[in-house]
Order: sequence, then C-alpha cells, then structure tokens
Amino acid sequence: MSVGIVMLVHNAFDRAEEVVRHWHGAGCPVVIHVDRSVKKATYSNFVTALKDLKNVRFCKRHRCEWGTWGITAATQSASEMLLADFKDVRHAYLASGSCLPLRPVQELIDYLVKRPRTDFIESATIADVPWTVGGLDHERFTLRFPFSWKRQRMLFDRYVNLQRRFGYRRKIPDGIVPHMGSQWWCLTRQTLSAILSDPDRAIYDRYFRKVWIPDESYFQTLVRLYSQNIESRSLTLSKFDFQGKPHIFYDDHLQLLRRSDCFVARKVWPRADRLYQAFLTDAETAMRRTEPNPGKIDRIFAKAVDRRTRGRPGLIMQSRFPHDGHENGVTAAPYSVFEGFSDLFVDFEEWLTKSTGCRVHGHLFGSEGVEFEGRQSSYAGAISSNIAMRDHNATQFLINLMWNTRGERQCFQFGPRDSQYISWDIAKDPNAQISVISGAWAVPLFLSNRNFSDLRADAALQQKIESEHLNALRSSYAKARIRIWSMADFIENPMEPLQTIVDEISIKGLRRLSEAPKMIDLTGFGQFLQNLKNQGMHPYLMGDFQVEGAPTNAKPNPRKPYLVK
Amino acid sequence: MGVVESYRLRLARKRWRLRAMRKSRELKVLANRTDQIKRGDLLVFSTLRNEDIRLPYFLEYYRDLGINHFLMVDNDSDDGGGDFLANQPDVSVWRTKGSYKSSRFGVDWLNYLQIKYAHDHWALTVDPDEFFVYPFCDTRPMNALTDWLDACSIRSFGAMLLDMYPKGRLDQTPYSRGQDPIEIASWFDAGNYSYYRNHKYHNLWIQGGPRMRKFFPQEPWRAPALNKIPLVKWHKDYAYVSSTHMILPRGLNLVYDEWGGEKASGVLLHTKFLDTLSVKAAEELARKQHYAGSREYIAYAETISRDPDLWCKWSEKYINWRQLEILGLMSRGNWA
Repeated sequence: MSVGIVMLVHNAFDRAEEVVRHWHGAGCPVVIHVDRSVKKATYSNFVTALKDLKNVRFCKRHRCEWGTWGITAATQSASEMLLADFKDVRHAYLASGSCLPLRPVQELIDYLVKRPRTDFIESATIADVPWTVGGLDHERFTLRFPFSWKRQRMLFDRYVNLQRRFGYRRKIPDGIVPHMGSQWWCLTRQTLSAILSDPDRAIYDRYFRKVWIPDESYFQTLVRLYSQNIESRSLTLSKFDFQGKPHIFYDDHLQLLRRSDCFVARKVWPRADRLYQAFLTDAETAMRRTEPNPGKIDRIFAKAVDRRTRGRPGLIMQSRFPHDGHENGVTAAPYSVFEGFSDLFVDFEEWLTKSTGCRVHGHLFGSEGVEFEGRQSSYAGAISSNIAMRDHNATQFLINLMWNTRGERQCFQFGPRDSQYISWDIAKDPNAQISVISGAWAVPLFLSNRNFSDLRADAALQQKIESEHLNALRSSYAKARIRIWSMADFIENPMEPLQTIVDEISIKGLRRLSEAPKMIDLTGFGQFLQNLKNQGMHPYLMGDFQVEGAPTNAKPNPRKPYLVK
Repeated sequence: MGVVESYRLRLARKRWRLRAMRKSRELKVLANRTDQIKRGDLLVFSTLRNEDIRLPYFLEYYRDLGINHFLMVDNDSDDGGGDFLANQPDVSVWRTKGSYKSSRFGVDWLNYLQIKYAHDHWALTVDPDEFFVYPFCDTRPMNALTDWLDACSIRSFGAMLLDMYPKGRLDQTPYSRGQDPIEIASWFDAGNYSYYRNHKYHNLWIQGGPRMRKFFPQEPWRAPALNKIPLVKWHKDYAYVSSTHMILPRGLNLVYDEWGGEKASGVLLHTKFLDTLSVKAAEELARKQHYAGSREYIAYAETISRDPDLWCKWSEKYINWRQLEILGLMSRGNWA
C-alpha cells in the first residue's frame, strides 16, 4: 500500500469506475474528486457503484473549469484526504478518470519503492518552456485572471489587454520562483504534506487563485521549496496539441502505447474498448514486454502539431488555403524555367532531357496549348492540357503540377508568346530556377516567312511583354534563382552558362556536358534586327549584334559547332 | 467584414429559415421515428428521387460508421424507394411532390428538418451517392471524430466532393442493388483542382476533377462546385445556403486554415458515374429540375453518348483515406 492514487473525474464515469477498480485491485487506495458541475444523480450513482471497495474515498467537491483554480483546489482536498486516511502511503500519484495505466500496477509500485525519496514532477522555469499558448507565458504569473477563458473569452482578452495597457503587475510572493510543467505528478508523502501544511499556504493559495492555469504551476512551483530530489518528468504520458489540449488515444494507438516508457497514459477516448481491454487486465495476462520506444510516440504527435500549424509546403487544398506570404513554400519542389533557349537551340527539350534526366516540358503556358512532355493530353494528377482550364487558375495549375510530381524535377519553357499569368508567381518563388536569354524571341520571327509589317508589330509586342517580365525578375520581391543573359552575351560563350545550369539541376551527378545543343544558324540575324530598327522599332533586349558588313574579299567564315573539351 | 454586410447576411439567414418553414408544408410523413433520437446521436439528412437501387448500401455504409438515425426526404420516387425506407427501423422519411427546383434543390426541406430535429446533434447531410470518408475512418467510428471536434470546439467539418468513375464505358459494368459502388467506380482525379475564396460567404470554391475535364473543358468556370461542408454540429439558427456548399452563419464556412497550417478534413466519395447515370440524365433532362437549367445534365447526356469513358492514364485508383491524405485531398490536421 505504498502508492495512493488521487483521481480527478468529471465525465465517463463507467470508465473511471473500471480504472478505480484496477488501481484498487492492485492494492492502491484511491481518493476521488468529482467535479461539482456533475449532476447529483450521476454523482450518487458513481458513489454507489464503488461502494464495495473499502479503500476508496470521495473528497469535498469543487467546481473545476479548465484554466481556473478549481482543479488545484480539488487536488489539494483529495491529497489531504489521501495523506490523512491512508497512513502507509509513501507516494501519491495524481491521475484523472480518463487516465489509463499502461503497465501492471505492481511495476509502478516496485519502481517507486526503489526510489523512496524521489518526486516525479515536471517543473521548469517559465523562461525555458516553449509550450505556452495564447502568448501568455510570464504574464500567467503577473496578471490577474478572474474570467474563464472558455466561457468568457471576450472579457478574458479585454481584461488582459487592460492590465497590459496600464502596466499592471502582480507581486509574486516572496520566496517562490514560478515553475511550470505537466499537471500530472507523483509526489512523496514528505514533499506533499510539506506543501499542504506550509504556514504560508494561505498566501500562496491567494496568489495562485488568480494565476492562469494554476494546475500547471502550483505544485510545480512549491515543490521546489521542499523536495530533496526532484526528477523533472512526468510518469504520465500526455501529449498536447498546438492549443494546449491533450491529444486523445484511440484503439489504433494500442501498439504505440505498448512501446511507451510511461506508467500511465492520458487521455484515452472513453469508447476505446480495445485499449481498456488490453491494459486493464491482471499482471499475468498483461502485455508482452516490448522494448520501450517513446521517441516514436513523440514523433507522431509532434508531426500532428506540425501539420496543423505549418502544413505541407506547396499544397493547396480544401483545408489549407494560405494567405499570400504564409504558404511556407508556394510550390512543393524546385523546378526550372527556361526562357529563350528553345528559340535559340534546335530540339532543346530533347537535349535537356538527355543531359539532366529531368522531366522537360515545352511551353506549359503557351497560348496555343499546354505542351506537356511528349505532348500528352494530360499529365500527373490528371491535369488537362486544355488552355481554358489552365488559365481558369494558372497559378494553381503550376502549384498542382509541382505537387503532383513531387520527387521529380520539372523543367519547362517560358517566353513572351506565352500567357503571362504566372510571371510574378515564378519570380517570387524560391523553388524556381529561372534562366533567361533575353531577346531570343526574335529568332523565330527572323526565321519566319511573314510580312515584315506583321513581324515588326509582333516584335514590338513581345519585347514589351518580355521587358515587363524582366522587371518582375529584377524586382526586390523576386526570390527565385534567376540568371539573365542578353542573347548577344549568351552566344559568345554558350557552354559555360549551360554547364552551370545543368550542374545545378542534373540528377546524374556532376559531369562535363558531352554534347552541345545545336544552335540555329544566325547568319543574317544582325541585318534582321537592323531592318527592325529601320522600321522604327528598337530591339534592345538581345544586346548588340553587328550587322554583317558590306561584301569584302574575306572568305565567308561559317559558324563552327561548339567544341567540347 | 463590414457591419452592414454582416447584418445583411443575418437577414438572409432568417429569410432562408422562413422559407424552409414555408416549404415544410410540402412534406408528408411516411414514417416518423424521430422519437428514437437520443442525446448525442449522429444523424444523416438526405433527399432523394428514384435512388432505390442505391439505398441498401447507403444505409449499410453509414450504419457501419455509427450513424444512429436517418432523416430522408423522398421527392416523389416511383421506384419504391420511399416505402423501402419507411420499413427501416432507424429511418424517418417524408414524401413530397413539391418541385425540387423551387425547394432550392432540397435545401429548404432539409433545413426545415434540421431546424426541427438536429439542434445540438452532429448532422451529416449527404446524397445517396455520396460516401463520407474522414481521417482514421477505418479504425475509429464517427463519434470518435465528433467527440474530438467537440473537444476542440469545432462546429463544422469540410469534406470535398471527389468524383469517382469506372475504367471504361460507364455502362460496361452494371451496378446491382446492395453492392459497394466503389467496386465499380474506383478511380478518381488526384490533383487537378482549382480553389478560389468566396469573399461574401468565406467558403472556398473548389472545381475540377473529371467533370470539369470532360464536361466543361471550354467553360471551366461553369464546372460544378466540389466544396462541401456536410458535417455540422447543428444549431437551430443555422441554415444551408446552397446545397451543402455554404452555410450561414459564415464562420462555419471557415473549414480551412489561412496561415499555412492544415485543418482536419474529409472527402465525400461521389459515385454518380455508374451505369445508372444515363437513365437518370435522360429523366432529369425532361424534368429540368436541376441547378442552372440542368446544364450539368445536358453536358452529361451529350458527352456520355459520344465518349462515355472518364478514365485517363493519370487516373488514380482508390485504396483508402491514407492514400487521399498523401495525395493532399484531405488532411488529418492535428488529429493523431
């Protein structure tokens, strides 16, 4: 009878009864506190149901509301009764009605017998704990909280703001340093009785009555005054979500809970029949011993909090629709945008596929069609190549594509002939690697067989569009990895930039490019630009091209294919 | 969010509720077992017309999830479905000859029943061809979800419509009574959805999937809405506005997180695309009782006779909710 249980109950009385019987059956006396808001009939039924157990007591009832003093008062009353009525109790274990013992009670008793002077209570100074909710950490102890956070939220918030505005600060009683930690502890008779019979207890109680969530700080603070040996951890497994509410355990957590190194789990869904069946059995039929692996439990619940607060980068869905700037990654994965390359090189897409191993698309945002790799009519995730559907929501077309192809780098061509909806989106996206040969849009015009007046108008329009796009890329909002060359600069030495880009994205590992893409023959391009100039249109994005001079005696010097070392 | 607009929406909500009261006169009781409804029971609300063939599996599926009572409106079926329902021990059914269109596609009738019977209950509003999938639905009953939502003070739960379709022609495998329709219509589109925010009602407007891809490729803005909020902890002051796409007060429409996180959400597997559709489409075309001049059914009728295969090589075959979560169509949020 060395361990006594202090149990706080407010609902699911049939489950609480099972657990009380389990504790009692293993020889632990139990003092139960039932929330005063519970109806009289329910309470008396519960008392009658447990009448046959001789070491079960019911203590004075307090009204327990989350975050208020009632829970602490309840704990005090029940603890006092436990210490007074059961003289053999050496350790008092605080549990709730929805706590479930994970290991045979005898193991807990043996464990505590071996550590007769140790107090198990999580107790950390406020500066050191990250788990505070609502921005109230130190202020829990320096402001007054007379209103309920759940029922009187507006009054609660207003009163906090009012106190902040007037710089109100409560005085913390002398001699104590606020500490916080899990509500569920296991204290020795020595420590617990010292706290409860402290001559200054009235002062402390008066102070903590207006502290917010005193059940996480009252014993955690006062224990520091008396304990000779604090082990700052809770023997009760309890995980909290981002709002400070405990995670609930269900039947499908059975295997997980078996691997816990804690003695008790909180909190269990009352209808989790399999859990109650599996853990509330006697020691012989109880679980086979499995190697404790609490890290796994931690990971699962930490992941849940992360999913709720940060979400999966690059995902837009029915329950995640972030405001601008709160996306935590607009797109799911890095991708590359090539502008002007397919104008300047023959079969650039094929060459890029071969040299990088990435998925290379054509002009995804082309005004005549969506050019998926292999010109398929749909792509990953059943995205259609229909342009009306793409333009219905062009940004999300891009986001969807990157989400659907996670794990496989996507490349696509872009240019001034394409629909420009995503111009700013890609510029602002850190996942984008954008390489631009400015002015290369003029090459297809140069090669085309059209009336010059049409060409001139077209060139003027494309130059205007590209220059706007370049403004986006050069703006202070741009976060993509951007490289811009004028066409004249690029053709001076095309291999070096190509090598840099390919090195960055290649999945085949770094190696020298063995094959150059074939450049379009640009003989006469200078003259073409000059003709545009002569027509009053000033092409400048491509840089300076020399007009081939008047015929001289010099031999024509055909462009050599680029040599690769 | 002006005061004026809030007030206007408040008036709109009252108007919808009045209208529901007025339309309730069209309902005739076939079987009223609502006295069986106990505190905390989970309720299903549904309107139907000539869906007899789907009813046995529909009831079975939702009974397995732990639904305690079904409240159904039979809109003048002539296939015996209403009588079948009237003989079920956990179903209350009303019959109406009223116009589906002028009851705003059943919303008025159901709003009335919800106001009357669903107060303080979790109410799931689904059509007979919609199957609710939520996180952990294979291991936890639905009251685990609703208990958790209660504990988190969440009043509404979103579940987008996911159109399911068979591989091959729609009429290739006939559906038989009592069969799980997902056995036939087991494919879906994983990632071609478009999301916009509705600034008036604050809900998301979701479109896409096979219906946009196949029936509205040239007019994507006309494709049907897929956003739904089918599960609500009902209060007698609430009112659905348009199907279960939006609800007032509009705070209930915020089933999504706007700061980067993911809220928990589910999916409604929509099994409209079975061999039964062609008959249905022909009938609905004649009746002209559907949304926007039944343009959806006009498109179905045209496309289905021409090229009745919705499947493409990027279609995804349904396995379970975890698959849908990995694909990003639903989320377990912070429920673990």
